[in-house]
Amino acid sequence: MNFDLTDDHIMMKKMVRDFAEAEAGPGAEERDENEEFPMELWKKCGQLGLAGITFPEKYGGVGADYLSYSIIIEELSRVDASLGVTVSAHSSLCANPIYLFGTEEQKQKYLVPLATGEKLGAFGLTESNAGSDAKGTQTTAVREGDEYVINGSKIFITNGYYADTYVITAQMDKSKGNKGIAAFIIEKGMPGFSFGKKEKKMGIRSSATYELVFENLRIPAENLLGEEGQGFKIAMTTLDYGRIGIASQALGIAQGAYENALNYSKERVQFGKTLAEMEVIQFKLADMATEIEAARLLVYQACHMATMKRPVSKYSAMAKVYASEVANRVTTQAVQIFGGYGYTRDYPVERMMRDAKITEIYEGTSEIQRIVIAANILKEQ
Amino acid sequence: MNIVVCLKQTFDTETKISLNSDGKINEVGVTRAINPYDEFAVEEGLRLKEKFGGEVVIVSVGTEKVQESIRTALAMGADKGVLVQDPALEKADEWVVAEVLAKAISQLPYDIILAGRIAVDDQSAQVAVRVAEAMNLPSVSSILELQAEESKATATREIDGGTEIIEVPLPAVFTAQKGLNEPRYPNMMGIMKAKSKELKVMSLADLGFTEAPAPKTSEPVFSLPGSRKAGIKIQGEPADSVRELVRLLTEEAKVV
Amino acid sequence: MAKGIWVFIEHHNGLIRKVSLELLYQAKIIAETSGDPVIAVVLGKDISSVADTAGTYGADKVIMVDDEKLENYTTGAYTSVMNKLAREEEPQAILLGNTAVGKDLAPRLAHRLGGGMASDCTGMERDEKDYLRFTRPIYGGKAFSELTITSKPIVATIRPNTFPSGAPDPTHQAEMVKADAVIDGDDLRAIVKEVVLAASLRPELIEAEIIISGGRGMKGPENFALLEECADTIGAAVGASRAAVDAGWREQKFQVGQTGKTVSPTLYIACGISGAIQHVAGMGSSKVIVAINKDPDANIFTLADYGIVGDLFEIVPLLTEEFKKLKS
Repeated sequence: MNFDLTDDHIMMKKMVRDFAEAEAGPGAEERDENEEFPMELWKKCGQLGLAGITFPEKYGGVGADYLSYSIIIEELSRVDASLGVTVSAHSSLCANPIYLFGTEEQKQKYLVPLATGEKLGAFGLTESNAGSDAKGTQTTAVREGDEYVINGSKIFITNGYYADTYVITAQMDKSKGNKGIAAFIIEKGMPGFSFGKKEKKMGIRSSATYELVFENLRIPAENLLGEEGQGFKIAMTTLDYGRIGIASQALGIAQGAYENALNYSKERVQFGKTLAEMEVIQFKLADMATEIEAARLLVYQACHMATMKRPVSKYSAMAKVYASEVANRVTTQAVQIFGGYGYTRDYPVERMMRDAKITEIYEGTSEIQRIVIAANILKEQ
Repeated sequence: MNIVVCLKQTFDTETKISLNSDGKINEVGVTRAINPYDEFAVEEGLRLKEKFGGEVVIVSVGTEKVQESIRTALAMGADKGVLVQDPALEKADEWVVAEVLAKAISQLPYDIILAGRIAVDDQSAQVAVRVAEAMNLPSVSSILELQAEESKATATREIDGGTEIIEVPLPAVFTAQKGLNEPRYPNMMGIMKAKSKELKVMSLADLGFTEAPAPKTSEPVFSLPGSRKAGIKIQGEPADSVRELVRLLTEEAKVV
Repeated sequence: MAKGIWVFIEHHNGLIRKVSLELLYQAKIIAETSGDPVIAVVLGKDISSVADTAGTYGADKVIMVDDEKLENYTTGAYTSVMNKLAREEEPQAILLGNTAVGKDLAPRLAHRLGGGMASDCTGMERDEKDYLRFTRPIYGGKAFSELTITSKPIVATIRPNTFPSGAPDPTHQAEMVKADAVIDGDDLRAIVKEVVLAASLRPELIEAEIIISGGRGMKGPENFALLEECADTIGAAVGASRAAVDAGWREQKFQVGQTGKTVSPTLYIACGISGAIQHVAGMGSSKVIVAINKDPDANIFTLADYGIVGDLFEIVPLLTEEFKKLKS
């Protein structure tokens, strides 16, 4: 078992780190304060090839492995978690289901521009009455001739409003429960598709979180993704892989907060010594470092399973639940180490602490992750 | 157009410098990177290739660690790399490195030779200009802009208090000053392709040297700066502390 | 036989650049122990007054090469002339200031002479074996290197403000020697098409005795006017940290730091500058450092000789007032 990153991974890590520090870092606080979507940075990510890392070159991607993807999302999130989730949601939640379930025509039409970063993607599953209980989808789709007519709304959609392409779910036959749900590819600008509320959030404030509204939205029949009734499975599979992205985001947030706290401890002097010379602080830092390593190994293991096309569900759930909880513990401790300064906007740790919370909630709450893990381990021999 | 870029690998600029027990600069745990000024040279080379077609070849002297930096330049878009690696070069000074680079470059097709104007480690700022001299080529140092044509180039060069515009026939050597361009990040596609690009490692014998050129300087003795005496923070209301500062500057430090 | 220490005299509009005077001063001190004459080398056009001035600043002899082709500095022509002279006269050492000209000419000349060179030296002393021993900063000033040049003539560039320039002695006259400019065709390949000098009355950063710099704490380009006003009361130059340059508040040529200019003024006043290691690399060898910053924990205070914890927008205008009173 080789725990070392390959030369390629090391080069990718450095490239994204340099990019994130130079370009995303300086304005991160301001974008967070103003809830400003990082459009220019997103475009640069596209130019650097970060929008379609795991997709084959023939679909405009880079053809790299999941570990590469994780490294990229981690490095972006280490500096700006909002930018990290912008890229992650685009790639894992929109481009990936099209890659896994789309027809060749759909891949050429939608996946290629998503993979090259020409277009931004989003995923609309969540509704006001269907969060963890995704089966409770109330958005409806009705087949009419060679079109589907969609009515309903989605909330809390990452990249909403700015995204060009959306993969959404809608119920076609309530009597069938989850087996009645279908997935569709829709585009911004289609008549009947509009945007509603922009959420004001505790954290990842520069990530766009919008309500999607469908009022007699008519889409061509060929925009059905997969088969009718396959929508729930498509959503769940999408989330299985998407969790790797969020776990990587959480890992990045934790790493960034930890490094800030570590550096501060070496400089800050109280009672005639640096914080780093005090055992109390040393123990905090040791725990933070250890938990981050453990989270990283879980994330890398999930990447390995995904790249090898082996069942990933249990591993991505473990990585996500653990990394997100680590991110919350680490960022809280980081603010604690900074003391009063950590609570102010002078240092980035307060933002990181606010950013960390959502990782325990979206793409499956920690409670849902535990259900997934339990379901998997109870099934095993 | 045949573009050659001389690249040096240096310590990351944030490295804390210390001496080991032999009095040498401590290299343990140090992060290495392409000399920032050489990045401007690589970027300029890539832009010339984009404009004129041709190839960008990276040439460097050093240990096998330097391969990583050459690969990064290849990931940025350079086509080939040449690394001159030889134990006899361990104590090479600027004279030696320039002679070796000149020999290596002479064996390649070249129209334009680019390098950073200075390396952030030894800060000698000699080698590239020496290479030009060794190859009997014109050199233009510290350029802020370069306009090339098939057989000549016009460069804007930084001088004290301003700039000058110089025209030279090609081939010629140009050294890059900060402000020449914004080096690109290697993109993902470039990174994936870099490992399949040619990186030739050559010894002095491979280049045709029967013995290593001899250095013209003594082996340096290193020291660390003495720590400055602790200063004082002047207390008091702004107007009073400023008055006290000026008094100290004039009467105590005698610098104003 | 005494061979001579050469000092390359850089001049503009009939005035000798301060660094060349500093080299004459130090060359004289070295020459006193070695018995060598101090020889000023002046290239240019209509240079007799420059040559005379060099004499009053301590040159025992002045070699003058007065030629149209040398009116403006060009790499090739100057290298050619210096090389030919050096091969004939065989000086012990050729010293140049680490200026744009020095940085460009010295390495080319050193290689043509087949020898070594010490760049940007902040110390120079007699050496028993190799005639001169140099100290120079490396790694952005985080370390120093001491070395000798084992070939002859020694070529070295010296950082401005390292040595004092001394006072001229108008009665001191040097032996004047004229030499012809011998320039190979190959050395005339580069053509200077245009020289654009920025009209700035403030001293060059690398030569300024006093520098006032602004960093992230300046908060915007317009606020540098405060520093400019202060600088102008005492004839100082205005510098900037990388943060201010990256933010677009100041041009790159004013950046002090590892990837900017290295300065060693007598007084460096850092306003709203945190003192990150890369900035210190560019100004750490300043004789006296003053820091003005509202963050008492800013790293700059650990190396400042004098510090004021306060709002620079309040402090700098007060400083300007005090300097005005001083100068009146």
